[in-house]
Amino acid sequence: MSEYQTLSCADVSVGDKLPPLDIDISSGLIVGGALATRDFEPVHHDKSVAQASGLPDVFMNILTSQGLMSRFVTDWSGPDASIKSLDLKLGAPNVPGMVMTITGEVTEKDDSTGEVNVAVLGENNIWGMHMQGTVKLALPQEG
Amino acid sequence: MTPEEQNAFEEKIYAYSGAQVCARTPAADAVNPAMIRHWTEVMGDNNPAYTNEEWSASSARGKTIAPAAMLYVWNQEGYTVTTGRASDPQTDMVELFNEYGFTGVLGTNVTQEYFREVSPGDTVHVEMVIDNLSERKSTARGPGYFFETLATFTDQNNEKIGTQRFRVLKFIPQEQPAAAAEEKLAVPSRIASPRGHDNGWWWDACDNGQVLIQRCKNCQTLRHPPRPMCGECQSMEWDSIESSLDGEVLSYTELHHPKIPGYQYPLICAVIKLREGTNIVSNVVGCEPSDVYIGMRLKGKVEQVDEKNTLPQFYPA
Repeated sequence: MSEYQTLSCADVSVGDKLPPLDIDISSGLIVGGALATRDFEPVHHDKSVAQASGLPDVFMNILTSQGLMSRFVTDWSGPDASIKSLDLKLGAPNVPGMVMTITGEVTEKDDSTGEVNVAVLGENNIWGMHMQGTVKLALPQEG
Repeated sequence: MTPEEQNAFEEKIYAYSGAQVCARTPAADAVNPAMIRHWTEVMGDNNPAYTNEEWSASSARGKTIAPAAMLYVWNQEGYTVTTGRASDPQTDMVELFNEYGFTGVLGTNVTQEYFREVSPGDTVHVEMVIDNLSERKSTARGPGYFFETLATFTDQNNEKIGTQRFRVLKFIPQEQPAAAAEEKLAVPSRIASPRGHDNGWWWDACDNGQVLIQRCKNCQTLRHPPRPMCGECQSMEWDSIESSLDGEVLSYTELHHPKIPGYQYPLICAVIKLREGTNIVSNVVGCEPSDVYIGMRLKGKVEQVDEKNTLPQFYPA
């Protein structure tokens, strides 16, 4: 038996909550995330450019937020789940020194296709909502 | 901007609606394990479907896949962006916005749909159009326009992999000096009660760990919150007693939305009847919201709730 378990559709109910995940927002995560997603926009690695845009420091790029949202959901579902869509509304920026807490809840489930919708919310401890959206996953029909 | 100027400006920007930003172009690098691993390392993503070849070989997929959320990564322009982007209809449109004062930029929504998973060896191709331009909107950031780009991703066989719809607000920024922004980074605390002539003494006592109840010197009637005159006998002479902080829930509510910075959630606000007979509004803590009920017995403690505030908090007795 594999050390990696994947939830099957039968394991999941609407209303199930995902284990919350705290992410420490560091300069390393912001710059590292920008480069790992090949996003060289100066506001994500150059503090003086970020400040000229009215923010106190470099801020997280969208592709990193998407990555963290995707990780949060598959950490819960397991590796055989397949992500079908990622729908994300952006709120307050994540800047170094903040902590973002990601929470999620199953909001829809379709037993015929094995697809579930997970509503995900990432809030930082200073400015509140950073990202909010829905991840659609296809789960194996049975474990 | 006069109405005529606005019309002239809108005519120019709406001309970009439907414009192709780029024709179908292959990524410089095929999907590859190195870029996937760099991504998973930063995201802290240990999903074996991305990086564990042995596990993946025996999985239903039979091979590793790229994280779906990397869809847009493969075709990024890369380092040259540090010195500006090459001209295309999107950068030209953005430049036009900037010329007219709409220099602020904010990504507001991004939606990706995935039609199939990609694996090392696949080559992601992208084409992009400006799909939608809004009318002029008043937003919290300032007046502006939303535009959407639609990127369509295909593989080396021209089979559709996914789409991305990205919504951006271009706006006239309101003044926000960097220094003010920096100040906002302080961890927020609760909203402090204003301390005036008639209630300052109550809050000062609270700072020292005591919850006091005002008492009429003339008729001994207790009253809370603090005020200058007795409602029973109209005397303005008063002293106070210290509350036992034994109480019970008279009524309560759970605050959900909007979340107020500085407060811990779940957040229960209750009207609590104290043994002495007066009511106090405070928080019920130390239990699940679903455990709270009217008539529940409580015991209060004066606690420092954040860097700036000391308040009574009530626990299940």
